[in-house]
Amino acid sequence: MVRAVVTASMTTPDSKRIEQEDAPEYVETTPAELAPLYRQMLAIRRMEEASAKAYSQGKIGGFLHLIIGQEAVCVGATAALKPEDYVVATYREHGHAYAKGVAARAIMAELYGKKTGCAKGLGGSMHMFDKATNFLGGYGIVGGHVPIAAGAAFASKYRGDGRVALCFFGEGASTIGGFAEGLALAALWKLPVVLICENNQYSMGTPLYRSLAVEDVSLRALAHGMARDRFDGDDVVKVKRRIAEAVERARTTSEPTLVEVVTYRFRGHSMSDPGLYRTKDEVEEWKRRDPLNRCRQRLIDVGFGNADLEALESDVKAEIEDAVKFAEDSPAADEYLPYVMKE
Amino acid sequence: MAVISYREALNQAMREEMERDASVFIMGEEVGHYNGAYKVTQGLLQRFSERRVVDAPIAEMGFAGIGVGAAMVGLRPIIEFMTFNFSLVAIDQIVNNAAKIFQMSGGQYNIPIVFRGPGGPAVQVGSQHSQSLESYYAHVPGLKVVMPSTAFDAKGLLKSAIRDDNPVVFIEGETLYNTTWEVPDGEQLIPIGLADVKRTGKDITLIAWSKMVWTCLDAAKVLAEQGIDAEVVDVRSLRPLDIETLATSVKKTGRCVIVEVGWPVAGYGAEVAYQMQRHCMDMLDAPIERVTSDDVPMPYAKNLEDEVQPQVKDVVAAVKRALYLE
Repeated sequence: MVRAVVTASMTTPDSKRIEQEDAPEYVETTPAELAPLYRQMLAIRRMEEASAKAYSQGKIGGFLHLIIGQEAVCVGATAALKPEDYVVATYREHGHAYAKGVAARAIMAELYGKKTGCAKGLGGSMHMFDKATNFLGGYGIVGGHVPIAAGAAFASKYRGDGRVALCFFGEGASTIGGFAEGLALAALWKLPVVLICENNQYSMGTPLYRSLAVEDVSLRALAHGMARDRFDGDDVVKVKRRIAEAVERARTTSEPTLVEVVTYRFRGHSMSDPGLYRTKDEVEEWKRRDPLNRCRQRLIDVGFGNADLEALESDVKAEIEDAVKFAEDSPAADEYLPYVMKE
Repeated sequence: MAVISYREALNQAMREEMERDASVFIMGEEVGHYNGAYKVTQGLLQRFSERRVVDAPIAEMGFAGIGVGAAMVGLRPIIEFMTFNFSLVAIDQIVNNAAKIFQMSGGQYNIPIVFRGPGGPAVQVGSQHSQSLESYYAHVPGLKVVMPSTAFDAKGLLKSAIRDDNPVVFIEGETLYNTTWEVPDGEQLIPIGLADVKRTGKDITLIAWSKMVWTCLDAAKVLAEQGIDAEVVDVRSLRPLDIETLATSVKKTGRCVIVEVGWPVAGYGAEVAYQMQRHCMDMLDAPIERVTSDDVPMPYAKNLEDEVQPQVKDVVAAVKRALYLE
């Protein structure tokens, strides 16, 4: 039986952020702030759906891990950054890449294994990189990428250039050594990094209660005297605001923060996973709270006009269709030897 | 031209490169205030401050990864492992990240990093501290692997490694730190990927790297007394391997013994042996011989430790087999 997971309240007395029982459902926002966030979330959703379709047609190979349901986390968090800041992510990183500014064309072409992909067809779904947008990559051996984010932050501090690194990982990565060591060193050396645990409650097929003795991942920060935060990832604006606090802390005081955002993936771990370890009711319950739908409704509620919404949505549709066509039409990847060693 | 120790040569290389390039920094356990577990970083903290000589806690996976991340965005880290035995807990960073990121990113992010520290058996430090792990790293495309045997090579190769735009695994001989060699004053870079003939001879080629070069030079003296003129070729760079220099020597002598302090199975010498038979088959007068440590974890007792490792007498015996003298 799956244990219900705390999703919306901070209960630990030592926390720096404690949600009030009567906290409003939504953080205050404006159409000008929310519309671009909604647009990104929608584009990621449509891009993931398009890649699932292409995968089922055999046009995308290997592993494909979709982020559908979790879009508010990468979009909200990345919205708190400046362009020169860094993002490091795991293998479930298409959305993070897009949110950081990587074009849908380059992402889709990478999935197709094409020369025009963001890693020239050498990385694939799990290893997207883009130097122009300071997207430091998707990593398939989770946990090991946490020190890499800390290293980018170390370089920021070394140079004094004020850049902040965001590192995304699932709660499943919180049990591996790389996470523990990255956390310890980031705290010890006061590195300007924000470690964001996207707690989607399943480490592949293993529910949280069977992989963690304590369900609150953010508690790990306490052992290192590190700031922490924990909240639900339903409202993209809330994610943006709360991550912005941690980014500000990193930028101004060079102190890291461990942030846990509780979320849920609607699809299986990867395309080959039918998700038999969770009930239909559970999945449906989370889908009713779909952050994308909530964001859309919120956008209407704050006064974004129907015509504007239609225009936005048709623009996203065209963008993703264009990305798929671009990937389909692009030349195959054709070189690998020049990318083993830099000459 | 000064005669300096291997330790001093490494220290000079790092000092000079840190003076030259502000993006170079050193990170590792005890590298700063303690002046290095083997004193290779002696005095660098005083010269360059804690900003550039960073004492790390016991977290090899963590600080090796911090080095990789810093290298991704343009710094040039020197990550010191107190010994390469400890690199095994950081091997994920070296193999899965440092060696892969340039390729995974389609050439966007190169990783200019040096992983350095002593490797190979020391004296009576037991099986966990006595391993020669060069084969692990030489196996991996995306890495360079360097193992100098002399102070001269150590300085010139470490300077090249620090300037290299790719990850370099730089394994120092744990028992070589006090050995001395003539090292010219001023800048002397040795390109990575070149072997070096340490002794010329006409009868047989001995191929070795790191500490075993010294064993081979000692064996060559013994052989010379018996009228056998051995050539000793120091591999220096395991990846990339300078096949041409090695093959030129083997074609000249027609016989080859490969000596390594690592284990026999899948040891790096097996690859060298393959390359030599592939390139020198028509010129070989005898099967290629290998001398390795015994296929066992290293014992502690001194007599057993010596027995396990290749000694001069083992090299001499292999030479005689290759010369059909026994």
